[in-house]
Amino acid sequence: MRPVVLKTVELTVSFGGLKALNCLDFELCEGQFLGLIGPNGSGKTTFFNALTGIYSPASGNVFLYGEKITGASPNKVYDYGITRTFQRSRLATPLSVLDNLIIGNQRNLNFGLWQNIFDRKRFKAELKKQTEIAEALLSRFSRDLAALLFKPVSSLSMIDRRRVEVCRALISEPKILLLDEPSAGMTPDETRALMDELQDWRKQHPLLATILIEHEMELINKVSDTCVVLNYGEKIAEGRYSDVATKTSVRAAYLGED
Amino acid sequence: MAANRLVGRSFCGTRLITMSDLKTKLEILLGVALCVVVLYGFLYLEHEWEIGLLLVILPLAILFLKRANILSDYQQAARTIPRFTLISFIVGVLVLIVLLRDEHFALLMLTTVLLYVTVSLGLTIQFGFAGLVNFAAIAFFGIGAYSMAVLNYHFHALPDLLIILFSGLTSALLGALLILPILRTKGHYAALITIAFGILLRTFLEVNDVFGGPQGLKVGAIEILGWNFSDSFPSVLGGGSFYMAYAIMALLLAAIAYLLTRLIEASWFGLNMDSVRLDEVASASFGINIPRWKITAFMLGNFFAGLAGAIYAAMSGFIAPASFNFSDSLLLVSIVLLGGIGNAVAVIPAALLIVVLPEKFQVIQEYRLLLFGIVVILILRFRPSGLMPRGLRQYFPRSST
Repeated sequence: MRPVVLKTVELTVSFGGLKALNCLDFELCEGQFLGLIGPNGSGKTTFFNALTGIYSPASGNVFLYGEKITGASPNKVYDYGITRTFQRSRLATPLSVLDNLIIGNQRNLNFGLWQNIFDRKRFKAELKKQTEIAEALLSRFSRDLAALLFKPVSSLSMIDRRRVEVCRALISEPKILLLDEPSAGMTPDETRALMDELQDWRKQHPLLATILIEHEMELINKVSDTCVVLNYGEKIAEGRYSDVATKTSVRAAYLGED
Repeated sequence: MAANRLVGRSFCGTRLITMSDLKTKLEILLGVALCVVVLYGFLYLEHEWEIGLLLVILPLAILFLKRANILSDYQQAARTIPRFTLISFIVGVLVLIVLLRDEHFALLMLTTVLLYVTVSLGLTIQFGFAGLVNFAAIAFFGIGAYSMAVLNYHFHALPDLLIILFSGLTSALLGALLILPILRTKGHYAALITIAFGILLRTFLEVNDVFGGPQGLKVGAIEILGWNFSDSFPSVLGGGSFYMAYAIMALLLAAIAYLLTRLIEASWFGLNMDSVRLDEVASASFGINIPRWKITAFMLGNFFAGLAGAIYAAMSGFIAPASFNFSDSLLLVSIVLLGGIGNAVAVIPAALLIVVLPEKFQVIQEYRLLLFGIVVILILRFRPSGLMPRGLRQYFPRSST
């Protein structure tokens, strides 16, 4: 068994009286591809927000490699090596593709006043390096997109925006990647293309652990090693997709009891 | 001439001079000369019909330049030649100052425009980059002015350049009082805080006798190396109005502020400020320290305003709370809106229009705020990114990347 990267113990997030996440126990191993599914409002995105420090949990703990990181700020969580995409694309649309990717690589940028404002030669060298990294990463996903490096994101198609968002999350070489419904707004073919590209990347980074929130069950079946099913903020099933999908509790959550 | 030489050098340095280069060089020189002539007319002419005529000819001329593809040559030059805009700005305004050397009023207006450009560049960093709406720009300008008055009076032995620098710092530090409330609020609420600050400051100055109360304070002239700026311009240098010295100083300040603003934009600083403005949640998720960039932008913008205020105080020789009205803050915000939010070059023509037009048309003077209100509404409705919209970030001139 591979070592556990991320672990939550009785993680609870509440909004007033509503428990959006209720005592969630969860484990993610190195290199694992985990599908997170559940009906609308079951707490999937809340889980991501609680992990990344956007919401602070009411109780329970989050551990990264055994170290407690509960309630860490989003900045800290990024520094620990957890990055994400958003359900509704959150790119800086007026900025260029390059700018958006560089934003994702904060950890490796030099923010010294001297280099940024006065020693422009050194800044230029760093810019060149970042541009090369960004271009290499983009061309893994799509050569056509790599040619649009200096174009504003607002001029891109939906799938290219998704690609940029995934690349922005990958450019800093994180340990854990959180994908929040990357298929939203894309055709099944586009989604499949994006997933193939992603699988390709994972082959070269075998340690990267991924959590994918998705409504497209076929996709989950294809790419995920294991699945966790949430309903009303609680985990109702866990295991391989083929096993989970046949469980009555899961069917009831999606289709209602009869 | 200097522009010609500099432009020529940067061309010769990179490639051989061809006919088209020569044509471009001539065009650029002519363009700068044309700008100087138009500005000269704008500042020098006094009759309303003359200015009116100029205002009719100007858009037509711009249209012609656009049709003849000359305008795009300029944009090309600005993108490829390092510091093209900055150098033509400095040379153009210097020529203008020399041409107007005996015109007190025209020089006063020009200096005011340059000081307003500096404040607007501060607002560009705050509002255009980091997304902080500051409706108290004139208050920070005023803090700079009052610091200049007080420091100049009490520490006369200190060199005046140092006092100007301190005035800028005072402005930035007093602005720091607002940081906590601004970081804890968003959008309209942050704007309201700055409005309240502007009004509070004015009242504070009015009721405090230390600062001269409503009557205001006298301010000593700037003196550098024994040269008193309130004397006429030294005859060794051709002589002229005492405003010349202030105009040159304001030009230097505006040029430095412009250079800094552009460098910030073309660095990771500007990138992170843009990111903070566009999406705080996404920024935080990628490790951007939001307070850090908001504070940097806010303090730097107020620093610019304070420096400009200090020079303004020394030039006018007298300041009172009534010189720093809320309506002037609105004027400064409308300069940024009219020019193009976040575009550093755009504030130069916008400041010129907004400062000089009311002085030239007495009709406008009376209904100034009403008219600017209408202009701002029209801009927001029909051209929300301003007359000269900001383009994509360009880290370096293209020829050298």
